[in-house]
Amino acid sequence: MRNIWTICSKELRSYFVSPIAYLLLTMFALIFGFFFWNALGYFVIAGLEMQMRGQNFPMNVNEQIIRPLLSNASVVGLFFIPMITMRLFAEEKRSGTIELLATSPVHDIEVIVGKWLAAMILYACLLFFTAINFAFLFRYGHPDWKPLAVGYLGLLLQAGTLLALGTFISTLTKNQIIAGAATFGVCLLLWVLEWTSGYESATWAHVLAYLSVITHFESFAKGVIEVKDVIFYLSGIFLGLFFTARSMESLRWRS
Amino acid sequence: MIIVKDVTKRYARAVAVDHISFSVEKGQIVGFLGPNGAGKTTTMRILTCFLSPSAGTASVAGFDVLEQPFEVKKRIGYLPETPPLYPEMETAEYLRFVGKLKGLSGTELEKRVNYVCERCFVADVKNKLLGKLSKGYRQRVGLAQAIIHNPDVLILDEPTAGLDPKQINETRDLIKGLAGDHTIILSTHILPEVEQTCEQVLIINKGKLVATDSVRNLQARARDAETLLLEVAARDGEPDPLLVQQKLEAIPGVSGVVCTDRKDVGLTFEVQSQRGQLVRGDLARAVVASGWDLCELRPAARSLEEIFLQLTGSEAPQS
Repeated sequence: MRNIWTICSKELRSYFVSPIAYLLLTMFALIFGFFFWNALGYFVIAGLEMQMRGQNFPMNVNEQIIRPLLSNASVVGLFFIPMITMRLFAEEKRSGTIELLATSPVHDIEVIVGKWLAAMILYACLLFFTAINFAFLFRYGHPDWKPLAVGYLGLLLQAGTLLALGTFISTLTKNQIIAGAATFGVCLLLWVLEWTSGYESATWAHVLAYLSVITHFESFAKGVIEVKDVIFYLSGIFLGLFFTARSMESLRWRS
Repeated sequence: MIIVKDVTKRYARAVAVDHISFSVEKGQIVGFLGPNGAGKTTTMRILTCFLSPSAGTASVAGFDVLEQPFEVKKRIGYLPETPPLYPEMETAEYLRFVGKLKGLSGTELEKRVNYVCERCFVADVKNKLLGKLSKGYRQRVGLAQAIIHNPDVLILDEPTAGLDPKQINETRDLIKGLAGDHTIILSTHILPEVEQTCEQVLIINKGKLVATDSVRNLQARARDAETLLLEVAARDGEPDPLLVQQKLEAIPGVSGVVCTDRKDVGLTFEVQSQRGQLVRGDLARAVVASGWDLCELRPAARSLEEIFLQLTGSEAPQS
């Protein structure tokens, strides 16, 4: 446990002493801020139109702003995840510091979990910027906080899966760009797999759509915790970290 | 302390280490000598549990590297070929990180960090970024990192590579100072380093152990049949090369004399002595008795160097 924290704080430190963390935070805040601004703009115009027509259509901040924005955040996150994970192991392999980690009395799994945890914390920092935006809604409106909290839980679980896969991919190469590009490909694929369900109703299409990380996020965005979705993400995290551990072990035989 | 038995490491296409066996006693400094690509690094990586052997067993401090790697790792300090430094960390911070990884904490950790900083002469760069340090400092921080948890066994892969002569001497002294409490294996392809720092030598070539002996024995072995260089001059001009050659060849134990160089002051001869014959004294006396000046008398090659070249050269018999 102590070792996990030692590794994790070292990773966090290297994110935050280099420009990586600040660059990612700035870009994410900008992009999400733009989404938020747009969503709010549409909401305000729609509200005005309703009032002018004299209709009393119920407007809902949770349904009309928070839910689509959470989905947006999850998609924007897909693009940022490769940039978070690509250096985790690739950099250590290139600079030779992996030899220090592998010859210290620490278990591989402690190293892996420590690194993954650091990536999770950085991702959580990205999400913090979405929270700043949402805080305005609470200042001027009365949205329900519970669906929002569930949405955040979903975002973290989804990112956990992708970050674990990214960590695994990072152990496969010395080259950060290769690790980043491959992770990006996998993230994108896991997103678009869901599209098959749009035109095809055969079993394979359902299976593919089920594998998509986006499908499982929908219920969280609605504010519903579905056990099957939680299990999907947890098994994704487990699988990613398990593969990472096997890959680390294979270094002892191959390199 | 270290026992290696029939260790082999095969890669997909090559055999890096081929049935190597040796053992190292507690407190010894052992030099691991061989040309580049001989398998030194691979052997060291097996001992540090970074690589697993394809066959054979190795144990450090009584723990097998395959069965109980965790116990082995606690007892070794390892300096890889390139010091494993994080460029974005400061020296003291890095040493603290490594200390924590090795299981130190609290005041003990602080004490050790200060101690290794003093010991490895890196106290003056404690608060500098590792990425900004010069090669010499990096190497020393690497060494500090290896001894931070006061390990029983130190494994150093080319600890003096890339250092300037002054730093090389300092590092060698440092390593010598560490012997006694620590058992040390250091790899190198620089011969004088072994002669100066090590008690025991392992010579490895193309993955095979070709010699293992104490430095003194190896030096004696090299002296058995040595080639000496002799410079002779006369007070009035140049001595007659043929005459000198005859005089020298007459000495018992000398098997061949060749005049190799003529300078304005003197003549240089290469004298080959027979195995087991010490001819230096006789050579000197013969030259002086004939009325010439003896300007220089020295072995043609550094003693270990000859053995090393013999053992690792392509035409050398692989014993």
